[in-house]
Amino acid sequence: MKDKQMTKTIKGIAAPLPLANVDTDVIMPKRFLITITREGLGDGTFADLRFDSAGEQRPEFILNKSPWTRASILVVGDNFGCGSSREHAVWGMRQLGINACIGTGFAGIFYDNARKNGLALPVVSPSTRDLLLQFASDASGNEVSIDLERRTITAADISAPFEMGDATQTALIRGRDDTLDSLKHAGAIRDYEAELKSEMRVSVIK
Amino acid sequence: MSHTLYDKLVDAHKVCDLPDGDMLIYVDFHIMNEYTSPQAFSGLDTKGLKVWRPEAHLAVIDHVNATRSSEPHDTASKLLIDNLQANCTKHGIAFYGLGDPRQGIEHVVVPEQGLVSPGMLIACGDSHTTTYGAYGALGFGIGTSEVEHVLATQTLRYKRMKTMRVTVDGETAPGVTAKDIIMKVVQVVGAGGANGFAVEFAGSAIRSLDMAGRMTVCNMAVELGARAALIAADQLTEAAMEGHPHSGQFAFNGESWSSDPEAVFDEVFIISGADIEPLITWGTSPDQSVPITANVPSATDYISPEAKAALARSLHYMGLSEGQSAQSIKIDTAFIGSCTNSRIEDLREAAKILEGRKVAKGVEAIVVPGSAMTRIKAEAEGLRAVFEAAGFEWRPEAGCSMCLAMNDDIAMDGERVASSTNRNFEGRQGRGARTHLMSPAMVAAAAITGHLADVRDFK
Repeated sequence: MKDKQMTKTIKGIAAPLPLANVDTDVIMPKRFLITITREGLGDGTFADLRFDSAGEQRPEFILNKSPWTRASILVVGDNFGCGSSREHAVWGMRQLGINACIGTGFAGIFYDNARKNGLALPVVSPSTRDLLLQFASDASGNEVSIDLERRTITAADISAPFEMGDATQTALIRGRDDTLDSLKHAGAIRDYEAELKSEMRVSVIK
Repeated sequence: MSHTLYDKLVDAHKVCDLPDGDMLIYVDFHIMNEYTSPQAFSGLDTKGLKVWRPEAHLAVIDHVNATRSSEPHDTASKLLIDNLQANCTKHGIAFYGLGDPRQGIEHVVVPEQGLVSPGMLIACGDSHTTTYGAYGALGFGIGTSEVEHVLATQTLRYKRMKTMRVTVDGETAPGVTAKDIIMKVVQVVGAGGANGFAVEFAGSAIRSLDMAGRMTVCNMAVELGARAALIAADQLTEAAMEGHPHSGQFAFNGESWSSDPEAVFDEVFIISGADIEPLITWGTSPDQSVPITANVPSATDYISPEAKAALARSLHYMGLSEGQSAQSIKIDTAFIGSCTNSRIEDLREAAKILEGRKVAKGVEAIVVPGSAMTRIKAEAEGLRAVFEAAGFEWRPEAGCSMCLAMNDDIAMDGERVASSTNRNFEGRQGRGARTHLMSPAMVAAAAITGHLADVRDFK
């Protein structure tokens, strides 16, 4: 499982995906959501971009072209991951071998889902993103390196800083399980509950 | 010190700071559906954890269920439905399943049951949880890993957002609804324009909306990227708390659930209510909208090559021509439903247009009431008779249905839908399906004429 991999630097071939507002319906079409597990979602990822309605590969789509068939990093348009909260989108991207998306900004729920699953989302300036889009579009010698610790992206002679909050950085580098980590604060949760007035305790009628 | 409503809500729910800059916040109430919760429950099992406070959760079936019958339409959806029921039984969680008179779309069920109150914090594995901001409650969508987190700890890891105030002032014209107001806001702020922000809606056009309208506004705020949407609680909110099964159970007093007059926001937008017309989307992002009296954009309306390319892509998917008039767009299907617009108030607005009229030949028209209670109320008011006389199919079961087509209500490749829903994304209502978002009354007008139409022409 790559999910718990502890990594300080993500390296790989980057693919340009410059469309703005790529939503989670496009990342993971709903017909792949009828499942009770996290597995088996790689085929569904970007399904309608990768395959036509007959199931044939669309040769024009970037991830179907060499060398980007081996891409593990995406350089994306504005507002990537907007729409539905479905974490299936992130699970599928990881199963497709995507370790990072570089963009100017991401939808909030997608961002949080990504961090829970080891998908790094470095936020860069529009000019850096455009440089990286151009770089990633070149099929030869395309390798991008994302140093999570120093919050720096390098690609040939490009070197640029990116934004990433401390909590996200820690989660990605350490591969923390948030649920177990937060239960260390069970005492604080109980203290908070002890202060709640009785009319602030919701009890749903069964 | 002056505080925004958002900051008051976050402060009231803060459990503790965490060393890396996040905090833990307390979740008063958590709602689950059948498709974003299974892996959360299995996560609990894998880690050997139990639910922290089972009574503070509610599970409903809404996303995958058929709306023609209370029986699952296939084995895959039955698996999700049975799985949620089994998980709720195991953990002692309230479950409103198929055939339960309280079942329906989660964001319609919760206010109907009196489970939202000003000052509450509500989470749900669904992006449209912003709906509860209409009550002065902090509601937001979460992913499945966070569903596991809130089940196990009754809290979430949280980072405070920036704040934005969107003021819509002045009287809106007849025919302009809450849906048009929020579609205008999405058009002005842009899809993603509020990423990282909690948005408070203010101004006389917002204050004069009824609760259903306020919910429509807050519901679709997520389409501009807002992680939370808020409207200050007032007398209307208090009145809306009465008369439901959970009424009188909860009160989150101790604060006035509104922003202080001098509170400072990180960003501010002001929109004139008088400038808003009934809108329709022409593209594949909710911010791609024009007034019903206008035309689809042309490449000459844009400067950058990227914008021109994006226009071309959207128009190609939508099967439209540059500069085509909005009202020349012919539809195949009319759909009224979804957590945005399937409440009794929405059905009444659509029925006013449909009264004494007929759906155009060749148009398939469907209405899916948001909940079983909504359906029963609508039937008692005679709304079902109006819809059916006009030629609409009245669905007996409630659910998300064709809003995201996770059940068997799927639009075909190329099928064009006038839809009272919230997202016009590529493939949203079915692979290759073409969605035009608008108010329920505008969907009714389109159903009658067979093309996108101005609701103001129906008097």
